[in-house]
Amino acid sequence: MTTECDVLIQGGGGAGCSAALHLAQRRARVVLLERGLVGGQASGVNYGGVRQQGRHPAELPIARRSREIWGRLKGLVGTDAEFTVTGHLKLARDEREEADLVAYLDIAKEHGLPLRMVGRNAIHREYPWLGPKVLAGSFAPEDGAANPRLLAPALANAARAAGAVIREHAEVVAHHHDGARFTLRTKSGEAFSAPLLLNMSGYWGGAVAAAFGEPVPVAPLAPNMMVTEPVRYFIEPNIGVVGGNVYLRQIPRGNIILGGGHAECDPSLPWTRPLPEVTMEAMQLAVELVPALAGTQVIRSWSGIDGQMPDRIPVIGPSGTTPGLFHAFGFSGHGFQLGPAIGAIMAELVLDGRTDVPLEPFRIGRFTSGSG
Amino acid sequence: MRVVVVGAGPAGVRAAEKLVAAGLSPIWVDEAPDGGGRIYQRPPPGLERDARTLYGFEAKRAEALHATLDALKPRSEWRPETFVWHIRPGARELHVLHRGRQERISYDAAILCTGAMDRVIPVRGWTLPGVTTLGAAQIALKAQGCGIGRRVVFLGTGPLLWLVAYQYAKAGADVAAVLDTTSFATKVAAVPGLLRGGATFAKGLYFIAWLRRRGIRIAEGITPLEIQGDANGITAVTWRDAAGRDCREVCDAVGIGWGLRPEAQLADLAGVPFRHDRLQQNWVPVRDGAGRTPVAGIYLAGDGAGIGGAEVAELAGTRAALALLEDAGHRVDAAEAARLEGRLAGQARFRAALERAFPFPAALARALADDVILCRCEGLRVGELRAAARADAATGPAPEMNRAKAFTRVGMGRCQGRVCGAAAAEVLAAELGCDVAEIGRLRGQPPVKPIPIPAAVNAP
Repeated sequence: MTTECDVLIQGGGGAGCSAALHLAQRRARVVLLERGLVGGQASGVNYGGVRQQGRHPAELPIARRSREIWGRLKGLVGTDAEFTVTGHLKLARDEREEADLVAYLDIAKEHGLPLRMVGRNAIHREYPWLGPKVLAGSFAPEDGAANPRLLAPALANAARAAGAVIREHAEVVAHHHDGARFTLRTKSGEAFSAPLLLNMSGYWGGAVAAAFGEPVPVAPLAPNMMVTEPVRYFIEPNIGVVGGNVYLRQIPRGNIILGGGHAECDPSLPWTRPLPEVTMEAMQLAVELVPALAGTQVIRSWSGIDGQMPDRIPVIGPSGTTPGLFHAFGFSGHGFQLGPAIGAIMAELVLDGRTDVPLEPFRIGRFTSGSG
Repeated sequence: MRVVVVGAGPAGVRAAEKLVAAGLSPIWVDEAPDGGGRIYQRPPPGLERDARTLYGFEAKRAEALHATLDALKPRSEWRPETFVWHIRPGARELHVLHRGRQERISYDAAILCTGAMDRVIPVRGWTLPGVTTLGAAQIALKAQGCGIGRRVVFLGTGPLLWLVAYQYAKAGADVAAVLDTTSFATKVAAVPGLLRGGATFAKGLYFIAWLRRRGIRIAEGITPLEIQGDANGITAVTWRDAAGRDCREVCDAVGIGWGLRPEAQLADLAGVPFRHDRLQQNWVPVRDGAGRTPVAGIYLAGDGAGIGGAEVAELAGTRAALALLEDAGHRVDAAEAARLEGRLAGQARFRAALERAFPFPAALARALADDVILCRCEGLRVGELRAAARADAATGPAPEMNRAKAFTRVGMGRCQGRVCGAAAAEVLAAELGCDVAEIGRLRGQPPVKPIPIPAAVNAP
């Protein structure tokens, strides 16, 4: 028995669930297949940064569009997923990093992203809790953070309410395309068929692309994350650094979420575990930024699996081999903020055949010879 | 061959003893300054008392264990005050914290003897200062020689409830009441099985009889209502007795506990699978009768491998060491191994009767009012967890424990669910209308317990 629908989505991360919602809102019959529970990997375990600052210029139009959706998330899905506009403060620890911040001001201006340089004199006056290693910063007032554990489930729940079918514990084990329709078979033996397929499977999106004859060099990426016990609330902005080797934010109840470096993982299970040395290194980098963190207890660490592309930007757009197949995967560790807009864009791509956001830099062909 | 023993309670001491006897010099790590485990914890310098005062009927056992521990120190790589916060079974290394310093310990095989802690059910008012677990109340008495209050009520169920009450009264504390949520009839029904326990059973009866003789207020089959307090601390405990009458007792401290749960985080991080033990109403790591786990090189013994008590822990520690030695190609005495397993099997039958005598009152947890604090680390109330299980939640209903944690933060705080986990699971299962075993258990993540962020290396 085969379940037929208009659009099949493989992968229930934030982007996949958002696609299900946006498609269902436009009356498409959509079925989303998720191996585990929605938001179980990168979408659910990430740092929770809702950040535009510092992104690859090609991603900024998507990030701008996503930021608009974040602002009305509550109306869209019934919860704001704890989205808080705290601003994002990106720090430089040496002159080279400082030059990077200055150079990005022009890119931000070009894309209408508000950004304010906080110079050497101002940085320690405005943020007296920053350590002496910090040289300067740039502040993005529109940015902030949200609770990653809530976003994908809330999008999925809203998609269900709009008529989408969200199937969890439905691992796809076989893909087939007969020229007109895709048929996906799950581990439990169910079959699903549609003329359109969205590959939104994160790291595992690489295997889906390969199944349709267009393998890409995607690598597993597992962020090494941790959280402290609650302490006095004093770090208002979401904090990053040039180069990204450490990032931290505090939530008003006092816990500090921090990350840096990569955990160990086995995508075949899937399984991840923070690495002790990486955890210690991230603690050291964090305490250099904010010396008051010394002595604060880390209560938990965790990770999850994302897909990383060699050029650190995702694959988004139509397949080069198979009509009706569209990709959006390999968000390379920074897809959480983009997720809501990616869903909207994918819905436009498959229903309208076009979208306003330039997707050329993300085409899958950039990795497959001859079709670039 | 580098063998590491984690823990120096009854199981760890006997495991180390067997390894040393076989000519090995194990690395032996323990969190406490001088070993002994929770049950035979030694007081710090200056607070020493004689063994009879500290350990009562268990004085001989405690002294024997301490003597063995002390004799083994120079024959092993003894590392006290060392807290294992992570294990990487693939790389076979432990990550430890010793007086603020991070270290890595490589091993070929490890025996994890990580003990147990109290199992708690929230009661209205349980987060007031002055409420401790039964185990903590006992440690205060043993280690520091002080009580948790001047006039103490003990509330919960299990052998420890009566033992701690006895120890407090014996030490001269004013025990205001012993409130057992298990009915007298339930205990009586378990007597045939308990008789297997011999001396242990007799001691239990002695404690109860002794407390009764002292005229200490005792109530069984009760339902706790509230721990009351004001700005100065606890003022009273109220409960409904077996006949349905509301009762109250004035006090300034309360010890609570409903049996024990394994401190099995390290086994979890080591990749040992867990199963739900229906009798104990605990998730326990999977091991065979000798302490072998499905993870190569990882052995378990003592309460950390499933609650059995100190006598069982000593037997299991020896047995696990024999298993490790056998697997490493040493010649071991098969008769000794068989004898140990026979005694362990006998003890298991007594333990089963004990669990039936003092069953975990899941119904108490399931019946908690919505406004009672469930997860004290996160300040989460019972009703908030219930709401997350309902279909009208914005995230959709949480179908299992880890999703419930993700949505509500239950078990996400400082204790990582070690305190609230058992009750939270009952609340969630009740709301979902399913058995507690079906909703899984909270996933373990490093660190095993909190670790501090060190000061910057280049700090001025």
